Amino acid sequence: MSPGEDRFGDAPYDGPLLEVTDIKTYFETDRGLVRSVDGVSLTLERGKTIGIVGESGSGKTVLSRSIMGLLPKRGVVREGSVKFEGQEFIGIKPKDMRAFWGAQMSMIFQDPMTSLNPVMKVGNQITESIRQHLDVSKSFANELAENLLESVRIPEPRKRLKEYPHQLSGGMRQRVCIAVALACGPKLLFADEPTTALDVTVQAQVLDLMAAQQRERFMAMVLVTHDLGVVAGRADDIAVMYAGRIVEKAPTTTLFANMKMPYTEALLSSIPRLDDQSHTRLATIPGRPPDLVHPPKGCKFAPRCPYVQDKCREEEPLLTDAGGGHLYRCWFPVGTPEGAAALEKNRAAGAAPAAALATGPTTGGQP
Amino acid sequence: MPEPPDGEISTTEEFLADERHGFGGVAGDAGLLQVGAIEAGPESAHRRGPGLGIGAWMAIGWMGFIILIAVLAKIGILTWGDANESFASCARKGPFANEGGASGFLLGCDSNGRDMIPRLALGAWTSLLVATGAVTLGFVIGGTLGLIAGFSGGKVDTVLTGMFNVLLSVPVIIMALALVAFLQGASGEGGALSPEMILIIAIGVVAIPLIGRITRASALTWAQREFVLASRAQGAKSRRIMIREVLPNVLPAMFSIALLAIGIAIVAEGALAILGVGVRPPTPSWGNMIALDRGNLFKSPHIVFEASLLIFFTVLSLNFLGDVVRARFDVREGGL
Repeated sequence: MSPGEDRFGDAPYDGPLLEVTDIKTYFETDRGLVRSVDGVSLTLERGKTIGIVGESGSGKTVLSRSIMGLLPKRGVVREGSVKFEGQEFIGIKPKDMRAFWGAQMSMIFQDPMTSLNPVMKVGNQITESIRQHLDVSKSFANELAENLLESVRIPEPRKRLKEYPHQLSGGMRQRVCIAVALACGPKLLFADEPTTALDVTVQAQVLDLMAAQQRERFMAMVLVTHDLGVVAGRADDIAVMYAGRIVEKAPTTTLFANMKMPYTEALLSSIPRLDDQSHTRLATIPGRPPDLVHPPKGCKFAPRCPYVQDKCREEEPLLTDAGGGHLYRCWFPVGTPEGAAALEKNRAAGAAPAAALATGPTTGGQP
Repeated sequence: MPEPPDGEISTTEEFLADERHGFGGVAGDAGLLQVGAIEAGPESAHRRGPGLGIGAWMAIGWMGFIILIAVLAKIGILTWGDANESFASCARKGPFANEGGASGFLLGCDSNGRDMIPRLALGAWTSLLVATGAVTLGFVIGGTLGLIAGFSGGKVDTVLTGMFNVLLSVPVIIMALALVAFLQGASGEGGALSPEMILIIAIGVVAIPLIGRITRASALTWAQREFVLASRAQGAKSRRIMIREVLPNVLPAMFSIALLAIGIAIVAEGALAILGVGVRPPTPSWGNMIALDRGNLFKSPHIVFEASLLIFFTVLSLNFLGDVVRARFDVREGGL
């Protein structure tokens, strides 16, 4: 559709589109170094989707911005390796990154209310990057923008081009954001909680739209969300993040069929089910994410884990390969004899969180 | 005078602290309070209805009237004969004084027997010229520096903000006096610069940190918005983001403060005139008309009173319009 798609395609590259190895992103604050992303590795092939799931503060947004290089200029430590089509991103200047931003990779933000400029017409916001990256005339850019709006299913695109963001509804604005992000035909799209700020009825539409555009353009996508339900049917792989690390990563079907990490299990059980009786208490994960300045010594999830044993509090589990691309980080994984024994032991000892998780309804959060 | 809500004033200690350096007049102080309300940022929206309201129309009407008579006076329509022509017999006479044969002096004469109306009209031209010129200078330089400071952050911001703070901590009158003295040079002639130009530069330099700080504060909040990041993620250059994304959002606050600043500058011109460094007589300005006849305050109060009244209503209108601009542009923010 857009001429940008083939523009950089003349030098074929065989490897994975995106290869992230042991990326670390720390923020210097008055309290100390905040380890927002602490050694994450992942690979993404062309046209595939990886879902990054975790609760607030788990580092998923920072991870996506760090990969893209969109971090604040000051007070940030960024280490590791990010390779996009073999091109290393860590250490290159923002000036050189600009050729990739928008044209090769772009990002959709969480809140369409704030990610559009309130004093610029929708059309100009779309054509701005087209004009920057593609050598086209103004009228052609306008035509392109109109086609883009049409492809994100905005009615009367010609009229909408001349409107300001406040004249559009939330769902429409997110569609415009998608159109802006797709304008130059990027190969990689980061979607940072693209549906969190939207009405539930619009969420599915926007996600379907993104999936359709992704198929059409053979674009890879990093879908960041706190909702396992959002990524369930849409991601090829899912990476669960906790305290700046990947605690479990697997192809989607494997993950749901055979999850190993108690945190993934807890996330899944915290999704309300339709077949629950009414007035069933919602399952919660007790406690809160760890302090990223002074993280706990052993497993970061240990203080909140129903399976926790002494070993967990002392030694940090390594990323273990369960085969078939399934990685997890746990000493007593779910669905194994050790895990069952650990849970049994905790339950016998009367640990409340365990009881809460195992039976579904919880009696309330534990500090 | 529309007062900002109390909560907004509390965030602006630094501006209130500046009051002691202010021009002393009521209007000057009120202007500084308004400045504070602006700096509270785009979130401090207090909405008005869709219409402008009678107050705003009155302010617009007054400003239109003042600008009209100023222009008419300048092109010589309102100043029948000579604004400097004096009628000795009617010197210091109040309104409606008649001098045989001559036309009625509706607003009386000054101590030199000159008709007040053409002098006030021509004074309006001088005062507005100096005030708008000075604010334009402050707007362009202060606005640019403030935008760069707020958008760039880091060391640039530290240096520029430090510079603004240093400038703000010099008492404004002392600063303006020093600048006038410096620009006039030892001879007191000012070389190539006209007295008006010297005043414009002196007051303009004083306005730079004022407008600069407001712009910086506003640019700082806008630069952290997600759409700025979104624009960066689309590959836009920093300068482009600053001019295309941040500046249009900062402009309402800048215009609003500029209107208030014009009011303050009119008062400043008057203050400088009283200190003897204003526009050189016989060219009238509201300030030097007050300065010239402040000794006759008891014998013939109408001279000082009329010029003061014009300053009062003009500054009031400008303050009010500044507030209206802010309130109106905030509506757009609230609509999002």
